[in-house]
Amino acid sequence: MVRLITHNMLACHVKNCTKDNFPLSFSEVELVIRPAPENLEFIQRFLPKLDWTALVDTARSLGDETLPENMPEEWSEDQLKALHHVLMEMHVEEGNMTCRGCGHVYPISNGIPNMLLAEHEVGR
Amino acid sequence: MSRPEEISPPEIFYGDVEATKYTANTRVKSIQAQMTRRALELLALPEDETAFVLDIGCGSGLSGELLDEEGHVWVGVDIAPSMLEVALEREVEGDLFLHDIGQGFGFRPGTFDGAISVSVIQWLLNADSSSHSPPQRLNRFFTTLHSSLKNPSRAIFQFYPSSDDQVSMIVNAAQKAGFGGGLVVDYPNSKKARKMYLCLMVGQQEIPKAIDGNDIQVDESHSLQMEKRREEIRNERRRRKDTSASSSGKKKKGNKDIDPKEWIMKKKELYRTRGKEGVPRDSKYTARKRKVYF
Repeated sequence: MVRLITHNMLACHVKNCTKDNFPLSFSEVELVIRPAPENLEFIQRFLPKLDWTALVDTARSLGDETLPENMPEEWSEDQLKALHHVLMEMHVEEGNMTCRGCGHVYPISNGIPNMLLAEHEVGR
Repeated sequence: MSRPEEISPPEIFYGDVEATKYTANTRVKSIQAQMTRRALELLALPEDETAFVLDIGCGSGLSGELLDEEGHVWVGVDIAPSMLEVALEREVEGDLFLHDIGQGFGFRPGTFDGAISVSVIQWLLNADSSSHSPPQRLNRFFTTLHSSLKNPSRAIFQFYPSSDDQVSMIVNAAQKAGFGGGLVVDYPNSKKARKMYLCLMVGQQEIPKAIDGNDIQVDESHSLQMEKRREEIRNERRRRKDTSASSSGKKKKGNKDIDPKEWIMKKKELYRTRGKEGVPRDSKYTARKRKVYF
């Protein structure tokens, strides 16, 4: 149940991992599409929080090409709908999220990512 | 009343059996729902707007269901896999994470419009393994939470402290992390209905009012005390700096002519700021001179 909206907010939290710790890259992904009620107004308000390049890259790595390379200045309804689909309806059920900085792997099983760290990885 | 935190660590206590029991129990359900509603009320999110909310210790999604009802998009974290499994079965809408909140969050700055947590943070005060240090874990938790909330926003924690020490420890850690706000005690005069909410705020805001049976009461004594305490600590630091400046160069490590009482008070102060338990209180007997036998 990792939606891309959450993934776009998630950075690696291993101790001293500050470089390249966002976004976590997916691998061996099992994707499920679950329709969600549209709330375009929420999406619109959420835009400033998004990291667009990270989102586009991730969406492409998951095989969704609907998003444009650069963030549109003016949003048409179709574009917002495409964004809604990417953010809210694509769920990663199984797979791994890997930090490109420190290489920590967060496994996702049954839709729940395991974010637990080993004792030596916990920051102070 | 038994306290589950005294029995075993959360991920073990809320095993398969307890998780299903917990979620099937209508009394637990209604109390949780009630507290979640109150927490949401204190959270004061803008009305008729969908918000992005963090549910800390979401468990089986009892609080998440209410967030769904309100139409919010939420992310839940919990350390008990069995509870999360139950949440999956109940098909809540939020994203679930298996996460130890004492290890801190990895969310980007300004992610959430608010955070709620129902009956969770008292668990942070336990040291379940030799490497756990409650003050450190609290610190890590509050600092990372503070950065992942947007400004202005709020985080509401309902919790069951077992003593006043625990309350002050939690409030201390939160203030250290940069949160404003304080405690709201609902029904302070009732033993059963009494509920504590820690209202933490990012940015300048006013503390919400507590519900009281008859009149309204906000526990401000804590924040006032904290203010006084911080003043004291600041003064102490300044004093220390002054003395060290005046005596630098001459004095060596073993500073013999410091008053023993002063030294003991200083040590006690230090332990208290570090959150050590069982520091004796100050009295007229503190550091008194003993009788000389012989």
